[in-house]
Amino acid sequence: MTVRVDLPEETLAGILAKAFGNRSFLTGFAITLLVAAIALLSFVWTPYDVTKLVIADKTQAPSWTHWFGTDHFGRDILSMIMVGARNSIAVALVAVGIGMGIGVPLGAFAAARGGLADEALMRINDLVFAFPALLSAIMITAIFGPGAVNAIIAIGIFNIPVFARVARAAALAIWPREFILAARAAGKGMTQISVEHILPNIATLLLVQGTIQFALGILAEAGLSYVGLGAQPPMPSWGRMLFDAQTRMVTAPWMAIFPGMAIIVTVLGLNLLGDGIADILDPKSRRRR
Amino acid sequence: MTTYLFKRLIIAAITLVLASMVVFAVMEILPGDPARLMLGFNASADQVEELRNQMGLNAPLLLRYLHWAGGLLSLDFGRSYTYSVPVIDLVRERVVVSLPLALIALALSTVIAIPVGVFSAGRQGRAGDTFAMGAAQFGVAVPNFWFALMLIYLFAVWLRLVPAGGFPGWGAGIWPAVKSLLLPAVALALPQAAILARVARSALIEVLNEDYIRTARAKGLPYRAVLWRHALRNAMIPVLTILGLQFAFLLAGTIIIENVFYLPGLGRLVFQAITQRDLIVVESVVMLLVAAVIAVNLLVDFYYAVVDPRLRGRQ
Repeated sequence: MTVRVDLPEETLAGILAKAFGNRSFLTGFAITLLVAAIALLSFVWTPYDVTKLVIADKTQAPSWTHWFGTDHFGRDILSMIMVGARNSIAVALVAVGIGMGIGVPLGAFAAARGGLADEALMRINDLVFAFPALLSAIMITAIFGPGAVNAIIAIGIFNIPVFARVARAAALAIWPREFILAARAAGKGMTQISVEHILPNIATLLLVQGTIQFALGILAEAGLSYVGLGAQPPMPSWGRMLFDAQTRMVTAPWMAIFPGMAIIVTVLGLNLLGDGIADILDPKSRRRR
Repeated sequence: MTTYLFKRLIIAAITLVLASMVVFAVMEILPGDPARLMLGFNASADQVEELRNQMGLNAPLLLRYLHWAGGLLSLDFGRSYTYSVPVIDLVRERVVVSLPLALIALALSTVIAIPVGVFSAGRQGRAGDTFAMGAAQFGVAVPNFWFALMLIYLFAVWLRLVPAGGFPGWGAGIWPAVKSLLLPAVALALPQAAILARVARSALIEVLNEDYIRTARAKGLPYRAVLWRHALRNAMIPVLTILGLQFAFLLAGTIIIENVFYLPGLGRLVFQAITQRDLIVVESVVMLLVAAVIAVNLLVDFYYAVVDPRLRGRQ
């Protein structure tokens, strides 16, 4: 049996009603849904084929035939942005998965055990925090070479201490509660209590942190691809498109403007979504933010 | 307070030692023989072996680590494989670009963010606040290197106010050098300022709701005095925490931004070293940046102790 104490009087209908009244949530949710839909759509349809180079059409300004213009190989920028969305979403999502999958159990364990295990985990956290994501990406690239997978690993590693920290802090607040005492009295072990009682009660916090890390992951992936450490051509990626645009700023500024807009809109949507979820589930947070 | 500071110092030292072990281990498992790399592929096995002995590459692992780490402490990073000059010379040339850039960006983002945060907190929920926080929400989502491209387009290509890239060196005079760091610094600073402004606002709002603020107002102090003397000082603690964390992002950001503006800083050095497989340079620069991050966070911890009287008394 799972005990929920965060929202004793809240029902699903009540949460939904609040969600529909929250502008930040609605906007963020709509944008996120749109980006995900575009990424899915790109699997079955794009205005132009992004693998085909049409040199005759190179660096065309935005027009009715090419809404966002074309790049230096004559590829349609809009189509490339659509396909690039897949890469951004996949990298950021898996990186969040790695961070949550490893960080949350670690944080929950540290909170449950306390003492030396807790202290050791926090020190390792400090250690990973000392390596900015880009630095660890540089080291990983130095070993394994550049690529989307290594970008995922680099961003994922950086996510681990973030989730460990959030999970630990949230779990520590739940452990002294009475229903945990009851569970212990019922003879449940630490692992069972962590999974059955702690985790459901810190899930909302983890969800909020998840959307934040998702947004950061998209920014980080774009940065890595931009410096050539992420997705490799011909795989379209937003960061890579900006790299290609850099030397053509004077003649073809649209090559830079639109991929950048795609990143901004996506990250903005995710951040709004995260803010909205936090607002809905914890009314106090509205005052704080 | 000394106990607190001492504990933080020990933790920072441990983190630094662990970080150096990680970096050393990563470089150990990398394929490629530095001696072979330096001599080229025409060298005989005996020559390579001799150089390996000279470089101490045949010594036991622990000894090599201690030698390397001892070198770091005396700023002796070894010699670059490709340039055959001491790594510290390469670093010294580059750090005079990267460090000023990071510091200007840090200063800029603070100078922008704190007033915006104060402004917003004072008008909570009103039009000015909504606008400022909307702008901040937008700023958080902007990738700094994209922003850099837009700045180049606007100020260097269109208005021709500043150079689009490159660095004349400090020998060319302070102003030309600072001028070429201006756009990169703005590109780095604005997205950071957006995050910082949000933190400053929420920290201030939290503090302004405290009882002692009401007391200060009730005894007749004007809002301005309460804000600057009582509220802001207390709100600085979370702001500084974020500032310390942001320094790590700023350093990492410098690496990318230097590539946008063709600045000869540490970031460019690292990327060149990676393509040339000049691993000793990569490991030195990574170690240096990690040490900088740890040092800044230690400074923030020290600052807590100075401003927070509760920490001063803590044992």
